[in-house]
Amino acid sequence: MNNLKNFTKGFIKENPVFILLLGLCPTLGVTTSAINGLGMGLATTFVLVGSNVVVALVKKLIPDKVRIPSFIVIIASFVTIIDLVMAGYVPALYESLGLFIPLIVVNCIVLGRAEAFASKNTVFSSLIDGLGMGLGFAFALTLLGAVREILGSYSIFGYKFINTDGILVFVLAPGAFFGLAYLIALMKKINK
Amino acid sequence: MAKKESTFFNMTLTLFVITAVAAVALGYVYNITKDPIQKAKDEKLKTAINIVVPGADKGTIEESKLSVDGGELVMYKVIVDGNCIGTAVKTFSNNGFGGLITVMVGFDSEGKIIDSNVLEHKETPGLGDKTSKSVAPWNEQFKGLDISQMKDQMLKVTKDGGVVNAITAATISSRAYCDAIQRGWKAYMDNISKAVAEDKQPDTDETVNETETDVEQIMEETNNE
Repeated sequence: MNNLKNFTKGFIKENPVFILLLGLCPTLGVTTSAINGLGMGLATTFVLVGSNVVVALVKKLIPDKVRIPSFIVIIASFVTIIDLVMAGYVPALYESLGLFIPLIVVNCIVLGRAEAFASKNTVFSSLIDGLGMGLGFAFALTLLGAVREILGSYSIFGYKFINTDGILVFVLAPGAFFGLAYLIALMKKINK
Repeated sequence: MAKKESTFFNMTLTLFVITAVAAVALGYVYNITKDPIQKAKDEKLKTAINIVVPGADKGTIEESKLSVDGGELVMYKVIVDGNCIGTAVKTFSNNGFGGLITVMVGFDSEGKIIDSNVLEHKETPGLGDKTSKSVAPWNEQFKGLDISQMKDQMLKVTKDGGVVNAITAATISSRAYCDAIQRGWKAYMDNISKAVAEDKQPDTDETVNETETDVEQIMEETNNE
């Protein structure tokens, strides 16, 4: 598999949210606005790239029977780092994402990529894979966040274009399911 | 290099090394980010106080804590040029739609509300989060309210016979907001009357002394005449 293909597969062909349906908890939870989706997506990308690279580096040194706990410790370390950094430098975004930042630890995509890709491939292709998957995740979250923000509060990235309340249900939990369902259907059509 | 075998020794060593490296790395990052995080927190608190007691950024703040109803209230007395221009009270209610709501409310020296805002909440986006200034102008109506003039001295929404117009479709959040302010107001007034009681003792003594001097002076003057 060449590197370009490896990178772009995360966006459409193997998009973690729309095709693999992994990591749906933060997908449904934080995407009340486009900026929240983007912030969450980028935080996850950082963790994915970091854990993929480290896992690929140390894969030979880890005995098979303890690989899952080892991967989780590596992932949790990166999550804690991004948690601290965000709390210090982007407090507003940190606040609106809240509990979902520490919960990146249990995001299936991160452990999934470590187990399915990084533990079997070279450091460089793991880096590309993490970057592609992470940005694909960020792309999906931003798209869903944008759809919900446009319909739910008539604004995009905080910029309001109609000065009334939107279709409230799209900001609430059911709206996340509606939005996701339509986007998945759309992606299926594009992939055909 | 061959893959390591899963012997007890190998597994223990691997996990130990990984966790030790992780611990050192995290300690390092924690040290770097400690100051920015503290600064962000201070900044946030200052901004929050400044919203409910305008002008607080130019003064000094005296902090005092007390526990009420199983939670903690924090009072921030704002002093500008030696005068107390108001007190911000960080108060809470457990009756929100999503549980805990933390509210910052500013009172003037008579206990009238200067302004108020939500600090933390888990209310529904688009409904209950209108209690926050950044979302909707709903809490403007609390400006200048004097709870001591209200029926039973209770701040309530119109549905419960009070004066506060609840947010449409978010009465529970509105009630919780009132409840939080009520709790803060009560603690603030209790605090004032306690402070007044403490101040009164020396005050009365002085007055008595003054009267005595006056009487003596008058007597002396009378005698002289």
